[in-house]
Amino acid sequence: MSRLSILGLTKAYGRTRVVDNIALTLEEGEFVSLLGPSGCGKTTTLRMIAGFVEPTEGQISLDGEIISAPGSVLPPERRTMSMIFQSYAVWPNMTVAENVAFGLKLRKLPSAETKRRVGEILEVVQMSHLAERYPSELSGGQQQRVALARAIVVKPAVLLLDEPLSNLDANLREEMRFEIRRLHDEFRITTVYVTHDQAEAMATSDRIAVMNAGRIEQVDAPHLLYTRPRTRFVAGFIGRTNLLQAQVENGEIGFGGISVGVGQVAGAEAATTRDILVSVRPQSIGLHRQRPVGEHPILAGVVAQRTFLGETWDYVVRSEEAGGLRLRATAPPSQIHEVGEKVWLEFDPRQMAMVE
Amino acid sequence: MSTALGKSVVATPPRRVSLARRIGRIEPVMLLWILLIGALLFLVAFPLGKLFLVSFETRGTGAFTLSNYVTAYGRARYIEAVVNSLTLGLASATIAVVLAVPMAWAVSRTDMPGKGLTWTVVLGAFILPPYLGAVGWILLAGPNSGFINVFWRWLTGSESPFFNVYSFEGLALVIALNAFPLVFIFVKSALDLVSSEMEDAANILGAGTWTAMRKVSLPLVWPAIMAGFIIVFLETIALFGTPAIIGIPARINVVTTQLWQFFEYPVRVEVAAAYAMPLLLVTAGMIATQKLLLSRKGYVSQTGKGGERRPIKLGAWRWVMFAWCAMVGMIAVAMPLFVLLQASFAKAWGRGLSLDNLTFANYYLLIFEHDMAMTSIWNTIWFSATAATIAVLLALMVAYIVNRRLVPFGEVLGFLALAPFVIPGIVMAIGFYAAYAAPPLSLYGTAALIILAFAARFLPIAYANSSSAIRAVHPEMEEAARILGSGRLHAIRMITAPLVKKSLLGGWLIVFIVASRELSAAIFLVGPRTRTMSVLLYDLSEAGNFEVLAAFGGLLLVVTLIFVGIGMKLVGRDFMLRRG
Repeated sequence: MSRLSILGLTKAYGRTRVVDNIALTLEEGEFVSLLGPSGCGKTTTLRMIAGFVEPTEGQISLDGEIISAPGSVLPPERRTMSMIFQSYAVWPNMTVAENVAFGLKLRKLPSAETKRRVGEILEVVQMSHLAERYPSELSGGQQQRVALARAIVVKPAVLLLDEPLSNLDANLREEMRFEIRRLHDEFRITTVYVTHDQAEAMATSDRIAVMNAGRIEQVDAPHLLYTRPRTRFVAGFIGRTNLLQAQVENGEIGFGGISVGVGQVAGAEAATTRDILVSVRPQSIGLHRQRPVGEHPILAGVVAQRTFLGETWDYVVRSEEAGGLRLRATAPPSQIHEVGEKVWLEFDPRQMAMVE
Repeated sequence: MSTALGKSVVATPPRRVSLARRIGRIEPVMLLWILLIGALLFLVAFPLGKLFLVSFETRGTGAFTLSNYVTAYGRARYIEAVVNSLTLGLASATIAVVLAVPMAWAVSRTDMPGKGLTWTVVLGAFILPPYLGAVGWILLAGPNSGFINVFWRWLTGSESPFFNVYSFEGLALVIALNAFPLVFIFVKSALDLVSSEMEDAANILGAGTWTAMRKVSLPLVWPAIMAGFIIVFLETIALFGTPAIIGIPARINVVTTQLWQFFEYPVRVEVAAAYAMPLLLVTAGMIATQKLLLSRKGYVSQTGKGGERRPIKLGAWRWVMFAWCAMVGMIAVAMPLFVLLQASFAKAWGRGLSLDNLTFANYYLLIFEHDMAMTSIWNTIWFSATAATIAVLLALMVAYIVNRRLVPFGEVLGFLALAPFVIPGIVMAIGFYAAYAAPPLSLYGTAALIILAFAARFLPIAYANSSSAIRAVHPEMEEAARILGSGRLHAIRMITAPLVKKSLLGGWLIVFIVASRELSAAIFLVGPRTRTMSVLLYDLSEAGNFEVLAAFGGLLLVVTLIFVGIGMKLVGRDFMLRRG
């Protein structure tokens, strides 16, 4: 268990800054995901942490010791870390047991001890019965378990995972997601997990760092990223949202004919300009046939479009009152509105967030 | 956005990293890179550069002159040799395409019987050294005593021969019979990627089997056919053995035999250098064309995915296709090999198969009495083995550095390693002669010169092989070992080496086998005691004793077959015919 800290980290290829001045600290035993679309620099960041890529600027330190800085990179083999790769990288010339024992042998453990720990970890990942098999005889999920066991058995200071589930099919991916979190709860290894799949990041992480175009947009616990997105990118990337243009005037935020107090919207106190952008989740908008009573802002509109998604109805409501504004709102399967039907939309200001 | 980082910003300022620590963290690959550049310059760039320079130098003084070019192209006979080479190249390439394309189609796409046999034929023609095939065909179709012509005269009572091998057509055919496997391999691997759905689509629109083949399958592999054509053309114009054995008696002069004459006493290496330049230019130009043809993706190779493949049912026609393959097998492999073996055990080869003509004297002479035969076998084995080892090791290091992008400008290394591919063996030999035969190195006649020339000549084969072997190992395989605590060299030893071992062995054997039969690069560089089997075989052919010559050919084949056998056992049956 170690404390990993990244400061001002930058990687440039020519004039392209693939990773652009990022900072992040992982507390001991913390599980943090780097989440972002492909090309956002998350894998490059991970490979800098592992020591495979030299930073152009900034530094990475482990328990206070600098392990990466421009011109001086501690080679991967001296970092006491482990990594799980997108391709699994399970060595085809060794059996499952040999794969798992590799790191222990390098640490010159007595062979009885090595054997015991290999046995234990294979038990943990439910691969004991396949210990003498070669990787070519295993399924993708089984190879992934071998990779996990191989990485964890050495009790690394930091565990790095690079899109480990992206080559698995959907059901297995979901199962392995919980498996990874379960192993983390068991061993509490400081972990950096790179993925482009938000569900994966949500299911596994203590905190998520959302990356875009080489920068970290926001670092927060999964539910806070959802309810309190700070940037337009985060609001759009995590779940779906309505982004509304709004104006700040006299302590009130006004948009489309309704207004809410500045204090009620997350992050709005920090607004420095008159025009701001507010994220309103479709799930936070209530749909009603009759005008509801209460103190929440209400807007009238007409159902313009609808899609049934099984778990929810997805409605697009057009509001003349708000100058033709189109809003997306979700409702349970039992709540059916026809296209053209008049509805009332009820907003909850506490579930709104101002985004940059 | 940085305000969004909140608590994750750390307050500690960056610390300076000490110099000693920086040096301790530098990888030693830069040193290796410099060493490799040195080795490649020595093996590839310097001989070629020297060849170029020498062609503009006055003998002795080294002053700049164009007179070498004037001498090289000043006589009609020399110009005629260039024209002959080009015509011969076109003729042989055309024959090779005609022979090989139907075979490739039949093996790849149809239910023709005897596919295994056809493979054996192709492999046999590939293994048979060109000059041995030429000797076989002299025995078969020599104008006076060749078996075919003797039989023809007996059959018809005619005075003139049925087919005279000592002719332009004879030369072209004999070369094509040896070179057609190259076309076969190119076209078959292209056809293997064409899915049956391509033909189904034509069938459903009303095209029959033949129309579908003519309008769909063949056009799809047209770039591969052209590429095969170009390769055979280049092989032909660079070939020395067959033109020397058949062309010189037939008074057909080509570029390579003319170069040989420039090397006869007194050696005029600067004229030879000037004369070799067009050969080099034509080859480089054609290889560029070929690359262009094969790189038109989407046209041929991208069609392979997903499509189901079924053999086309040919009905009675399958026997026609089989007959064609069998015929090629007969004239390319079975007949020449048979007459060679017959001659090697004969007192006088013209007397044919009979018990009183049988003797082991030819082999006995070579093995126990001949002063050079056993030496040349030993020379061949250890020259080829050393050259193959050098080439594979060098190629492996270059391939690793280039593929893993360990150094900036690694592509320069890759380019140098592949460059000999466009250099005909004979030109390479002249370059090595010009660069290293004279002082300060004075390597003329030494084993080192031949080994280095072989290593350089076959470096591209080794490089292509090593490169694909390295590419097949995902870099993450090594990274996984490194993050668990093994250094780069340890990771290579534990992970990469075991994974590429087998394909490297295949590459080593291929280089060994082609080096062991190499004539054109060797003949300019051997001394009296460093003759290889191929050179000695050529010497014997000049002496005209066909029984001993055939027996020596038999020995050469045995040596080759032993190593081919080892390769098939250890690496896989098709290790010599894989493309890539």
